[in-house]
Amino acid sequence: MRTIEVEKVTEAIAKMCVDACYYLTPDVYDALVAAKSTEESPLGKELLTRLVENADIAREEQMPICQDCGMAVVFLEIGQDVHFTGGNLEDAVNAGVAKGYTEGYLRKSVVSEPLFNRKNTGNNTPAVVHLSIVPGDKVKIKMTPKGFGSENKSALKMLVPADGLEGVKKVVLDTVKTAGSNPCPPMVIGVGIGGTMEKASLLAKKALMRPVNKHNANPDYAKLEEELLTMVNKSGLGPQGLGGTTTAIGLNVEYYATHIAGLPVAVNISCHATRHAEVEL
Amino acid sequence: MPEVKRIITPLTEDVSRSLKAGDTVLISGTIYSARDAAHKVMTEALDRGETLPVDFTNQIVYYLGPSPAKPGRPIGSAGPTTAGRMDAYTPKMIEQGLKGMIGKGYRSDAVVDSMKKHGTVYFAAIGGAAALIAKTIKTYEVLAYPELGAEALAKLTVEDFPAIVVIDCEGNNYYEEGQKPYRKI
Repeated sequence: MRTIEVEKVTEAIAKMCVDACYYLTPDVYDALVAAKSTEESPLGKELLTRLVENADIAREEQMPICQDCGMAVVFLEIGQDVHFTGGNLEDAVNAGVAKGYTEGYLRKSVVSEPLFNRKNTGNNTPAVVHLSIVPGDKVKIKMTPKGFGSENKSALKMLVPADGLEGVKKVVLDTVKTAGSNPCPPMVIGVGIGGTMEKASLLAKKALMRPVNKHNANPDYAKLEEELLTMVNKSGLGPQGLGGTTTAIGLNVEYYATHIAGLPVAVNISCHATRHAEVEL
Repeated sequence: MPEVKRIITPLTEDVSRSLKAGDTVLISGTIYSARDAAHKVMTEALDRGETLPVDFTNQIVYYLGPSPAKPGRPIGSAGPTTAGRMDAYTPKMIEQGLKGMIGKGYRSDAVVDSMKKHGTVYFAAIGGAAALIAKTIKTYEVLAYPELGAEALAKLTVEDFPAIVVIDCEGNNYYEEGQKPYRKI
């Protein structure tokens, strides 16, 4: 049994919130740079150049890439031989989010309740926390600040098995077309296929956290990722929805077993500022 | 890239009507920021017959909720938010004399009709380019509704703020026109 002070979790999360908002990860940055040379629209090219410039300014001046610093989504993979001490784990996560968002001058966008009294909580808590227990005595923390310009354009569709591959393609393309210019294209698209309705959504979110230059290990799904990305880029939306061949710079698919009667498909849309951070304790 | 047009505020109707969908512009002068909550409060005030804290005649509104300013800086990161969320309030704001709006994303038919009638233009700022845009903002001053935090009504001074005309006063839509040549599916 390994003992970890929850204070360590708080410190790690605070730093991840700030780092994720200030620094675009190398995979996303490189994909934007690469898109500048393949984009066919002159205006699209210019816009991609500006987005790369924006990431450079944010890094150099230590400021958020986007003013929407998102709702904090935290994945905790906890080794089953770990014992947390010094307080409640979820409180420690939220303390880290509050510290990171306050000290990093990040925008706090969370309201305490969705419908009747949308009052800003003032420190961007609570986070959305996903826990899983894994073998070993380590704790892996993954954090993604999720902006809602893109989150709002995500979708879940419960297909039937007969809809098959064509059905999945249609859901992805329809979701992208409906999203249009709102999610600040070029997008990164996370697709979750299988499981149940909530499992598919979670898979789609996890897909967004995989680097955009790393394919699914299953060759069938790796090929599907390529096909879907090519299809999406034929939609014509382009950078900012103003036309072009770069509608998305990455599309990752995650899958899971499902029921004989179902084919859930979730599409989680993210913007060009697809931010994530990861540490191991 | 086509020639860049320079706009100095206030934006008069003859200038707004001279702008065409697809034009690239650099805006300088005073603009105002307001987003969801500020729009709701302002339209409620108008419904009660009250006067707004700002005279919007020939002005530009930027749909913005910035991140907090670090010490010594006028503003934090400051990219546009989704304009469509303001659509329910926009025709009423246009009737107040508004000649320009800056945001991102599509607008409703009702908004476009009102824009055509009153000679108002809709600009897209680069979504997500919040650090780059922040460098063009020289001052940021909250004018009303400070309790709304990032959503307060504020006055900004901008210098060479980059934007693209996406819907002009005739209703031409550059999201449509720009995408057409590249749509293969």
